[in-house]
Parts: sequence; structure tokens; C-alpha cells
Amino acid sequence: MGAGHAHVLYRATDSPVHRLPPEVKIAAMVAFTIAVVATPREALWAFGAYALLVAVVAVLARVNARWLLLRSTIELPFVLFAFALPFLGAGERVDVAGLHLSVDGLYGAWNIVAKGTLGVWASLLLAATTSTRDLIVGLDRLRCPQIVTQIATFMLRYLDVLVGEARRMRLARISRGDDPRFVWQLRGFAAGIGALFLRAFERGERVYLAMLSRGYTGRMPTVWQGGAAATTGQWLIAATVPVLAGTVAATAAVLT
Amino acid sequence: METLAMHISNGIINGPVAAVFAVVALAAMAYCVMRGRQDLDDRLAPMAGLVAAFIFAVQMLNFPIFTAGVSGHLLGGALAAMLVGPWVGALCVAVVLVVQALVFGDGGVAMLGLNITNMAVIGIAVAYLLIALLLRVLPRTPTGLAVTAFVAALVSVVVAAMGFVLQYQLGGTTDLGGNLAGLAGTMAVSHLFIGIGEGLITATTVVTVAKVRPDLVYALRALKPAAPVTVPTVGGVR
Repeated sequence: MGAGHAHVLYRATDSPVHRLPPEVKIAAMVAFTIAVVATPREALWAFGAYALLVAVVAVLARVNARWLLLRSTIELPFVLFAFALPFLGAGERVDVAGLHLSVDGLYGAWNIVAKGTLGVWASLLLAATTSTRDLIVGLDRLRCPQIVTQIATFMLRYLDVLVGEARRMRLARISRGDDPRFVWQLRGFAAGIGALFLRAFERGERVYLAMLSRGYTGRMPTVWQGGAAATTGQWLIAATVPVLAGTVAATAAVLT
Repeated sequence: METLAMHISNGIINGPVAAVFAVVALAAMAYCVMRGRQDLDDRLAPMAGLVAAFIFAVQMLNFPIFTAGVSGHLLGGALAAMLVGPWVGALCVAVVLVVQALVFGDGGVAMLGLNITNMAVIGIAVAYLLIALLLRVLPRTPTGLAVTAFVAALVSVVVAAMGFVLQYQLGGTTDLGGNLAGLAGTMAVSHLFIGIGEGLITATTVVTVAKVRPDLVYALRALKPAAPVTVPTVGGVR
């Protein structure tokens, strides 16, 4: 459950990328991903160019390559599908190392792995340089409806509450003679899941009422929102990445 | 290949189809924002946050299904529909998906429309329709509630999985030829197992909450006006 922590991914250092306001980083990341996805899969060189772009941003953001690669294993279960495609795909077939594979399936697999990986790298760079609090501020400034940012804010705060309650309940079980080992602890956990939910809710409700009585109106005070909104200059700086990616995508589309 | 189903990553579905579903998802979410605003009161706001956090945590937990080497994760749609209602519930699931896509790379950003359509729109809609129907038909007992939660969770997971199959048929980047039926079958069977797990967790959670704090269960408030509403005390009743 502890894996749910968003702060785990945040690298608390200072870099030009860290200093950019969150809204421009979110916009740049989304635009970059769309450019990558729109690229025709036969244009292999284009994906090399995107990887280079990611590498440049990673260096600027002082995120080391080892961390980026280790963390990108998160996508593995999601791209497993890709490895089945060369076997399942229809149409023309080639023989590779004794295996009878579908050409279309091979391209399909490459398409998923390449675009998936680039997307994960882009999100990891955003996560590494933006704290969860800034992320919400960014979404708020991008005119995300207040009800959505409110749910997001509470979600991120209550994750800690939930993990904390789960830890306390596990300790309580152990101190009453439970012996959690591997799979067996699942039973105890499953039996307690309703209780966990209620306990976490009641703690969360107290926090919420305390916030209300201190003047919370559904939006965090401006002090909490940190630095000022993005300037035109900052938008232009951040736009370089998606603009370059867009150029690559357009060139690739014309060439193929 | 089953794990991917619920979080479609970049490049699995082609651009135009992804764009169409992004528009669909955006429109649905805009409507949910409108309707959700009326629902979101002092009791629902912290609940919505907790439900979202719970779904977030639960989706991180990939659990193996029997010995087949297959794994999947829970969706939480039925739980959200039950506890916070369809409008806020859909927003909760969508928020989870957006944060996952932006920060964790779970499911591609460009595929968000597809993922939101499957899990937040289709999943929640099916779950809530079943809840509304079953709560009227089944006896008003904890067992009736448990059965409702279980069935809603099970069916919504399988239907959401079928949403992926439909999208793949419309715009899959690789032509599977005659294997699409196979894909549908595999998805249905594997998600049946995920659905059973999801159903059990949803039923346990909802029944526990309904026993101690029935005022917190949206479905009971909205669909059973006759039920006595207990006044929540700060700190709650244990």
C-alpha cells in the first residue's frame, strides 16, 4: 500500500526545470506525449529524436538516468500485451530466429513499447520535478473545475491517512498474536478492509471539519499556492520541448 | 496481457479514435461536474477524497489471479458509485486516472479519454444502474446490500473490459485478424476473476460502512428515502 505515495517520485533538488511553474510543465508534457503518439510508427529515427529530447530535459532537471530507467519498469505490466502481438497479428509473416512472426504485429509491438516508454519518461520527469501540491496548483491554474481539484487535493492528503491507518491496524493485529507472512496476511487484511475505510474516513472527516472551522471554502489559500502564475517567458521556455517534438512528428508524417 | 486492459498505454489505440473518445470523456466529465456540484456537501467532500484515495491505493495493488500467471487490479467504480453517487463517483475515478497518467505514467496521457470512458463513464454507469435496480428489488438487509455491491462491481468490471475490446476493434494499431474474438474472450474471463475479487472487497467495505454509518452511503440516501438518517457526530460512532 505504501507504493501509493506520490512524493516518493519527487526529487527535491533545485534545477531550471524545478523552478518552472507547474502549469507550464503539465501543458508541455501533455503536448509532448500527443506529438509522440501522433508519429507514424515506421519513422524509427523520430523516436530516437524524442529520446534525445527526454535526455536533455533529464540532464537539465538533474534527474539521473539510472533512476529514470529503474522507475520506468512500472510500465512493464502495461506493455506485456505488446509481446503477444507478433504472434497474434494477421497478414504478412517473417521468420526471425526460427519464430514465425507477423510483420504488422512486430511494428505494433514496437509502436506500443516505444510510445509507452516515452510517455512514461515524460510523466516521470514531471513527477520528479513537481511536488504533488504544485501539481494541484498547476491543474487549478489550467482552469480545472474546482470540484475536481478539491477531490484531487483530498485524495492526495487522505492517501497518507489511509496508509497510516493501515499501518496502525497491522501493528494492532500483530500485537494481538497475528502472524502476517506473505499471502496469509491477506485474509486479515481483507477482513479489516471495511474497518480500515471507516477509521480512515472518520479521521479524514475530523480533518475536514477542522479545515472548515478555520475558513476553508473549497479552495486552498493563496499563500499555500506558492509562487506566482507563469509568465509569458516561462511559457515560451517550456514550449520549446513540445514545439521541437511537434516538428519531428510533422517531418516524420511527411516523410512516411 | 490482461493488466494492460484497464490502463491503455500510448500507442495501443490509434490517434483519431483516441481523440474521439477524449471528446466523449470530456463531455461526460463536464456533465458530471455540473451534477456533482449539487451533490458535494460537507459530508460528501471528505468522502469523495477518501474514495479517490482508496481507489488510488487499490489500483496500485496488482494481484495475481489463481495460478495462471495473470494479474490485474481493481477498478473501484462500484464502490465509488455506492458511496458517493454516480456523478461525484465518476469524477473520483477520473481524478485517479489523471493523476496516475500525469505522474506515474500508468496509462498514456494521450489515451486518457479512452481510459476515462472505460473506467469512469462505462464502469460507473453500469454499476450505478445495477445498484439502483437491485436496491429496489432485493430485501433491505445487509445481505441484500452485499449482493447488490457484489453484482454491481462484478458486472461493471467485465463491461468496462469490453469497452477496451470495442475500442480496439475501432482503432487498434495492430490488425489481429480473426483473433479479436479471442481477445474479447480472454478479457472477459480474466476480468470475471478480477470482478469477483472486486465484488468481495466492495461488498465488505460497503456493508461495514452501512452498518456503522448508514448516512455515509449515497446509494442508501438517494434510493431509500424512508431509511432513518443518523446524525453524524464529530469523531463518529464506533
